[in-house]
Amino acid sequence: MALKIVKGSIDRMFDKNLQDLVRGIRNHKEDEAKYISTCIDEIKQELKQDNIAVKANAVCKLTYLQMLGYDVSWAAFNIVEVMSSSKFTYKRIGYLAASQCFHESTDVIMLTTNQIRKDLSSPNQYDTGVALTGLSCFVTPDLARDLANDIMTLMSHTKPYIRKKAVLIMYKVFLKYPESLRPAFPRLKEKLEDPDPGVQSAAVNVICELARRNPKNYLSLAPLFFKLMTSSTNNWVLIKIIKLFGALTPLEPRLGKKLIEPLTNLIHSTSAMSLLYECVNTVIAVLISLSSGMPNHSASIQLCVQKLRILIEDSDQNCEPSVNACMKYLGLLAMSKILKTHPKSVQSHKDLILQCLDDKDESIRLRALDLLYGMVSKKNLMEIVKKLMLHVDKAEGTTYRDELLTKIIDICSQSNYQYITNFEWYISILVELTRLEGTRHGHLIASQMLDVAIRVKAIRVFAVAQMATLLDNAHLLTGNVQRKGICEVLYAAAWICGEFSEHLDNPTQTLEAMLRPKVATLPGHIQAVYVQNAAKLFATVLKSQEGNTDSTAAQETSQLMIDRLPLFVQSANLEVQERASCILQLVKYIQKLQQKDVEIAEEVIALFAGELNPVAPKAQKKVPVPEGLDLDAWINEPPSESESEDEQPRAIFAKEEPKHSRPRHTEVDEKELAKRREARKQEQANNPFYIKSSPSSQKVYQEAPGVEHIPVVQIDLSVPLKVPGLPMSDQYVKLEEERRQKDRADKKKKEKKKRKEKRSGRGKRHDSGPESEEDITPAHMVDIVTEEMPENALPSDDDDKDPNDPHKALDIDLDNLMEMAGRRPLADSEKLPVRSHRAAEVLKSPAQDGDAESAASQEPKKKSSKEKREKKKDKDRDRKKSKEDKKKKKKHKHEEKGEDLLGGQAEEPVVQSEATSEVAAPPTSTTAEVSDLDFWLSNAPVPSNTQEAATVVAAAEAAPTSEVASGTAPDSEPDEPKDTETEETKSSKHKKKKQKKEKEEKEKKKKKKHHHHHHHSDGGGEESVQNGTVEEEEPLPPMSNYCLLAENSYIKMMMEDADKVNDIQGNLQDGSQVVVSVIFENKCDSFLKSMEFNVLDSLNSKLQRPEGSGPHDGLTVPFQLPPGVSNEARFVFTMQSIITPQKLKGTLTFIVKNEDSSTHEKLDFKLHFTCTSYLISTPCYSDAFAKLLESGDLKCSSVKLEGVVMPFHHLLARICFRHHFSVVERIDSCASMYSRSIQDHHVCLLVKTSGQTVSIDAKCDEPTLLGNVLDEIKQTFSQC
Amino acid sequence: MIKAILIFNNHGKPRLIRFYQYFAEDMQQQIIRETFHLVSKRDDNVCNFLEGGSLIGGSDYKLIYRHYATLYFVFCVDSSESELGILDLIQVFVETLDKCFENVCELDLIFHMDKVHYILQEVVMGGMVLETNMNEIVAQVEVQNRMEKSESHMERMLLRRHLEPLSPHSHELG
Repeated sequence: MALKIVKGSIDRMFDKNLQDLVRGIRNHKEDEAKYISTCIDEIKQELKQDNIAVKANAVCKLTYLQMLGYDVSWAAFNIVEVMSSSKFTYKRIGYLAASQCFHESTDVIMLTTNQIRKDLSSPNQYDTGVALTGLSCFVTPDLARDLANDIMTLMSHTKPYIRKKAVLIMYKVFLKYPESLRPAFPRLKEKLEDPDPGVQSAAVNVICELARRNPKNYLSLAPLFFKLMTSSTNNWVLIKIIKLFGALTPLEPRLGKKLIEPLTNLIHSTSAMSLLYECVNTVIAVLISLSSGMPNHSASIQLCVQKLRILIEDSDQNCEPSVNACMKYLGLLAMSKILKTHPKSVQSHKDLILQCLDDKDESIRLRALDLLYGMVSKKNLMEIVKKLMLHVDKAEGTTYRDELLTKIIDICSQSNYQYITNFEWYISILVELTRLEGTRHGHLIASQMLDVAIRVKAIRVFAVAQMATLLDNAHLLTGNVQRKGICEVLYAAAWICGEFSEHLDNPTQTLEAMLRPKVATLPGHIQAVYVQNAAKLFATVLKSQEGNTDSTAAQETSQLMIDRLPLFVQSANLEVQERASCILQLVKYIQKLQQKDVEIAEEVIALFAGELNPVAPKAQKKVPVPEGLDLDAWINEPPSESESEDEQPRAIFAKEEPKHSRPRHTEVDEKELAKRREARKQEQANNPFYIKSSPSSQKVYQEAPGVEHIPVVQIDLSVPLKVPGLPMSDQYVKLEEERRQKDRADKKKKEKKKRKEKRSGRGKRHDSGPESEEDITPAHMVDIVTEEMPENALPSDDDDKDPNDPHKALDIDLDNLMEMAGRRPLADSEKLPVRSHRAAEVLKSPAQDGDAESAASQEPKKKSSKEKREKKKDKDRDRKKSKEDKKKKKKHKHEEKGEDLLGGQAEEPVVQSEATSEVAAPPTSTTAEVSDLDFWLSNAPVPSNTQEAATVVAAAEAAPTSEVASGTAPDSEPDEPKDTETEETKSSKHKKKKQKKEKEEKEKKKKKKHHHHHHHSDGGGEESVQNGTVEEEEPLPPMSNYCLLAENSYIKMMMEDADKVNDIQGNLQDGSQVVVSVIFENKCDSFLKSMEFNVLDSLNSKLQRPEGSGPHDGLTVPFQLPPGVSNEARFVFTMQSIITPQKLKGTLTFIVKNEDSSTHEKLDFKLHFTCTSYLISTPCYSDAFAKLLESGDLKCSSVKLEGVVMPFHHLLARICFRHHFSVVERIDSCASMYSRSIQDHHVCLLVKTSGQTVSIDAKCDEPTLLGNVLDEIKQTFSQC
Repeated sequence: MIKAILIFNNHGKPRLIRFYQYFAEDMQQQIIRETFHLVSKRDDNVCNFLEGGSLIGGSDYKLIYRHYATLYFVFCVDSSESELGILDLIQVFVETLDKCFENVCELDLIFHMDKVHYILQEVVMGGMVLETNMNEIVAQVEVQNRMEKSESHMERMLLRRHLEPLSPHSHELG
């Protein structure tokens, strides 16, 4: 043995070590490859030896060779050998080599599991550390599964060095084995508050990585992170947290409000640029997530922009220049984010950004370009592009210049050429761009030319002239080999000249230019276009010449074609050849006819008749399946009724004149419609910026007078644009300036006139202040034809996530894990696997105790694990208790402070009083968590927002204790718009209060608690009356909001009907929660007890059950019912999607107890969640309403109700009451209404009545929801 | 996440490569070449960020680098990392190297690639930042170096017992 060691050591002395290898390679620069191959041979020999020191040395050298690009995977087994050495020195070498060259398909990895496990549990922390580090690089799904449990144990290691490594590697384990996330998460969360800052930082790091991909699952951690943010001094941790908040704020605007203050403080106080920058970034994210325009945030924006400006323009003398450049870069990057939402604040720094275009750093220039893209307006477009053109001239290096070129085109063409006021200018810019040498973007320029010429009719004359010049000077473009890319432009030029040849001044000359022999050197596809368009030109020329008495000219043209075309017939390009020979034959035939003096121009022209309109690339895909058309249905079945609906006028809500809502018969209707359509067309045709979007545009095109009749402002060009290659766009800038001045002067004159005419001073729209966007009138009456799309084209929905994203698997709900104590215990299948035969050796964490059960099949083990589990349960119970106590305490404190108890009911002890026994939502973990978060968020110190105030009121209204409810409900009334309240409305309110009383009597409930429902319905009714005249209107008929759910001889279950989703508070906070109130009424004369309420969950909707109960367990109704008594219980449901109605089957079981006997009874029922029940009546002001409609985000639909005999205000009240709408405005027999769903869909209605017909036009951002709501409204009225 | 850490010299010769995502060796070399090509043509006073090389990751990734004397330190990171934070981290890493090697120069990295790896392992683990405090990093590296020394010392003692007659200072030949 000893001899062996000695022998190995001697061998080793003569081996090369790493340093020798490096030195050797450096000495063999000429034949490096050869030298290395001999070295590899030596290494192979060394690896064959038994001595581990020799092997380790060899592996170390292999690691170096791997860096040089040599594949060393053949030594994988030896690496594993070295890894398993007992010596730290060798182990480290082995793990390093493994981490450099192992990957998922390295098959020896599966041999390492046990070795790694041994190292992880080594008493030496550095063995463990090395193993963790190595594993982090080559962990596979198998390793992750087998070792997850061991690593999780290490997260609680005594040494912080191991803890932080274990925490970090968990992220890799999650990625490879997503099932481990749920069981490991509670401990990971614990580590956020680890005493060691390194471990804390690691935990923050991991959670931030997780949350970045699936932010919504981590929202409930926000309070914890907030605490960390305000307490931590580690910039690295702060940066991570602040970045995380940036990802969370879009999901929860209230969070953003809370963040603004501490972030602003950090911005002011920190000296670390990295932290400052991230703060600014997150503030921007917050401001983006909050609806813009709030006055108290403009300060924050200003602060951000100001700091960014400093970042951009200041260069710190102490810093390296490159770091200053970095700041500049980042400053611009952040600016571009602000630009999206607050363009005004950035636009004022245009000077700074233009300055950055001169920076020597290309990435800074590119950033500045990006910013410019968003900064252009009608006013400054020409100026900015002029600057950019200067840079194009200066730019050396084609990549940047190409970038400039594409940016110029992007800037000009953005949002459908929105900012271009003068298309002649744009065409000349495009022509100028063709002068660029060696650009790759010829096709881009070409497609722009085509697009503009096709879509802007008015520009065709000018474009054709320019293109003809280009064609004439084609040699300038093609002369140089370098200019190959740019000859694409000729493709566009030829096509434009051919297609719009009627506008050519001198078509013969252009024809001649297109048939020059030099054309044959162009690429085939361009030649093909030349040939085809030469034919078009030929037709035009014939037409023009046929009028003349002299027929020789026409014949000469034909002869020209016949002379030149054979060149193309011989082309090697098939397309060119085919077209040329076809056209040649045609021309020859024409020539024959010409010689017989036959007039053929008309017929030749007919070859190319018709107009081409662009079709959107996605048009076909977007053709919606017509409503009612089932592609799978039998064809022979009767056709659906969908047609009638399709004929409905599409434009709803355009403030129609009252005459439209006058009663009209169908015949008149048709006529009227036709008339209006005509009028609209006329109007559209006269509107320069009307963008035709319907497929009928083609038709409209031919019928409507079109743009030809519109007086086109002719620009007197002072410089004839004859020579391409001369900058001429500049002229336009000047002209434009003059024109605008003139415009302004004109406007002022008109203004004065107007003012003289109208002394009323009402229409003070054109304020003669500084020139605004809208004031700039386009120089050309242009008609931008959009690409054709099918009617009702579906909104684009192409942003699919990458299906291969590994983070998809980590989208796991973690909320109910937060409280560790297993509120929703991990299912057996979820627990981390522990290999049974090793179970005894493995260090076990308490959380994993239960696992042994699944793993161990032996009897004795099972027993012990059971015992342990029980112990653990006890512990958990204790912990829970203390936690609850704590919560109570906390709550108490807040009550004293008099703050609203937002969502606090979950932990509230059940209050039993004789009149009402309020059963709060079942205390499930989710509600508790969520309400914690809500509670935390609700303390946001920015109450200025009206919406916020409304939330608070709603919350107060719905607060669980009866005192609070009764106390605040009346208080909230003043919150209703008071000023509009008239005597009449007040009286009607009284009336309603009476009704309310009646109702209450009828339902035998004297519960204060219900106050807020009624109040709520009052609110709706009140608003419906507010705007209307009330005097002669009869009182509203009583409406009950409870409906029968189920009934038998013992018990009656009533559910709140329309108002079933009564708990507004829950809904506002969590878009997926719905609270159902059910009244249980004892109808028999026995005692009812042990009631259990159970519902069969569907995929979409689930009953929230208390902690620890399974998905099929029932909920105990927390009261008993003496004979004749009724009581109410509430149940919380979680909904995924609210756009369709839901039906849930349920059962109520209970025991009927007489003096002598007791029986078990059950009652089945069906809960029907209508879409209406997801709507919350939300007041909306008419201007906000109008804005919403204008936004164009909403889809529309409509419904007609026949035979409705109730007065209009009843009708409105009914919609308000049953369907949770509020009236926005009411004019005569027409009213607009608004409501919002719990998931923030806007629903707008326009209700019009005429006789017995009520038509409801509706708009909503969610068409399915809208459809269902309309169906439900229809249903409501068909019942009466 | 950090996707890769590359150290190469002014001629593009790799001195340390550490990929946190698997790439085959030839691909790794190609990435080094491309990165060198991107980075080397930039002035020293321009911005230290580059938008993703097409080879690694695509648009979400950025190259963040620093140039020290003859060496480029390049970190390829995704958007979850703070750019300026990574710049600081590179600085910490280089200062740590300087402390561990005592006035570090390219030669140290050339001949002790393994040691540089061990230091890096205390800074970044599996693509995530492990430690940013230089003293802590240096302390951990030193403890492990001492362990290695004591192990080799033990071996030496063992050797010496057997090799006394041959050569007392044989280990220094290696």
